[in-house]
Amino acid sequence: MRPCGTFDEHYSQDMAILRIKRHWGFLISILIFLYTFPLYGSYYFISLINHLSITIIIVLGLQLVSGYCGQISFGQAAFMAVGAYTSAVLTGKAGISFFLALPISGIVAGLIGLGGGAPSLRIKGFYLAMATIAIHFVVMWLIPHLEITGKTQGLHPPAPQIGSFSFDSDEKIYYVIITVMLLMTYGARNIVRTRVGRAFVAIRDNDLAAEVMGIELYRYKLLAFFISCFYAGIAGSLWAHWIQVVHPEQFTLLHALNYIGMLIIGGGGSIPGVFFGVIFLRLLDEGVMFAAPLLASIFPWIGIAPAASMSVSVFGIVLILFLIYEPRGLAHRWEIFKASYRLYPFAH
Amino acid sequence: MLAIIGPNGAGKTSILNCINGFYRPQKGGMIFEGQNLHHLPPHLIARMGIGRTFQNIELFTGLSVLDNLMAARHLHLKRGALAGALYFGPARREEIRHREVVEDIIDLLEMEPYRKKVVGLLPYGVRKRVELGRALALEPKLLLLDEPMAGMNLEEKEDMARFIIDIHELKQIPIVLVEHDMEVVMDIAERLVVLDFGKKIAEGEPDEIRQNPLVIRAYLGEEEGTESNH
Repeated sequence: MRPCGTFDEHYSQDMAILRIKRHWGFLISILIFLYTFPLYGSYYFISLINHLSITIIIVLGLQLVSGYCGQISFGQAAFMAVGAYTSAVLTGKAGISFFLALPISGIVAGLIGLGGGAPSLRIKGFYLAMATIAIHFVVMWLIPHLEITGKTQGLHPPAPQIGSFSFDSDEKIYYVIITVMLLMTYGARNIVRTRVGRAFVAIRDNDLAAEVMGIELYRYKLLAFFISCFYAGIAGSLWAHWIQVVHPEQFTLLHALNYIGMLIIGGGGSIPGVFFGVIFLRLLDEGVMFAAPLLASIFPWIGIAPAASMSVSVFGIVLILFLIYEPRGLAHRWEIFKASYRLYPFAH
Repeated sequence: MLAIIGPNGAGKTSILNCINGFYRPQKGGMIFEGQNLHHLPPHLIARMGIGRTFQNIELFTGLSVLDNLMAARHLHLKRGALAGALYFGPARREEIRHREVVEDIIDLLEMEPYRKKVVGLLPYGVRKRVELGRALALEPKLLLLDEPMAGMNLEEKEDMARFIIDIHELKQIPIVLVEHDMEVVMDIAERLVVLDFGKKIAEGEPDEIRQNPLVIRAYLGEEEGTESNH
């Protein structure tokens, strides 16, 4: 459903994402809002957006491999760790600039992903999920056993620097993080509307027919896996230099599960869905954090500890509700809303 | 245009599956343009220019009609993930160029109203047509059609027969057709092969086949009147 009264004279117009002036207006005002936010936003919201942006990058990668290519992956947290450690080692020990280390850590995570994906992607569905869980545990076992990663002590990567300017606070690194996030979103959105993205969806929807159309299944599954690991690696590198501590316990299987939950709640096969899913679950988490002490004070018999661990059970309940009532996620709701808004005041 | 006919379970679909690499024949081989297809995986056989449709529609259900056809042009597009991610420049020019080719196919098969519809939600007859279009988008040198008219009403069958003849005559693509509907086959095929229990029992022009006693016994059956139920 397109905005009423827009007509195209050329295929390039039909293919454009931003079709009317209002779309451009929205985009520009969002960009202005994002880039001026640290001038008036509070510290809490700035670090919240940092965290959201990094999570969005990871889930974008997961969206490409799982939502579009249909290959479920539980490895995102582990590959984020690979990116974070690569970046920390490169900047901290080798003294390479962060801005060079950032793409390198993405590529390193991608290559390690290829190593793990090469055997795993020969199997499908449930078995692939198990294999990616195995990848997670192998990576997370290796990290504290290697000398270069600081063992269980972790690493302390320095803040990014350009010349003498150091991105050493949340407000400063905010600009780096949202810029990278916007670029990664742009890339993902374009991949899914061109040749490679269509090949991914073809594999997801019907692998037999995809093969008959000349799409090499194994190669494109590997490519999808590589891209998703690349995204995770970039996110890991940003994370490392934002928090400035890298530790094996920051990357658990529960994190990987969380990312899959965000994908389901946001909606598989949709780039805006990533934003919906990440923001929804993260805000839910923040809400629970806020509500838990309140609940514990109103109902003392619950106790502080169960109230504090409530976020996991709330995550589980919300996920189940979405699977039952809206398995296509918030993105689907958004499409329905857009269609009805454009047709208003008519029903069809 | 060659038609393969035969009773249920005669091995018609199996032949198509052998040609495009889903099955490996235990004996014999397939030669296409002087090259043996034996042991080639399906995607390489597609690269050699063999397109096909399926008996039970096998479309990319989550994509629109347009994107289904664009996905089938995979082999003709060149840009990789990086150019795709940047989009502006080569990838965009390529998209527009191939969009024009795909629009021609949409025009040929009269699918304009469904262009942006997700194929999973389209009616059966239209989905069959989309599948034909998708096979065409591959620009095949040989087109394999597996029961393109199964489960259609008379009007849809006539449309489909018209499209198939159009494709055969306008685009000069050789077609191998597997079909149950004898009337259609006798009308549009130039040559027929009759199979029974995996063996070829007759080959020839429609009129010859109609007279062949082996065919009448094996396929049309000894009891008159059951043939039209196929």
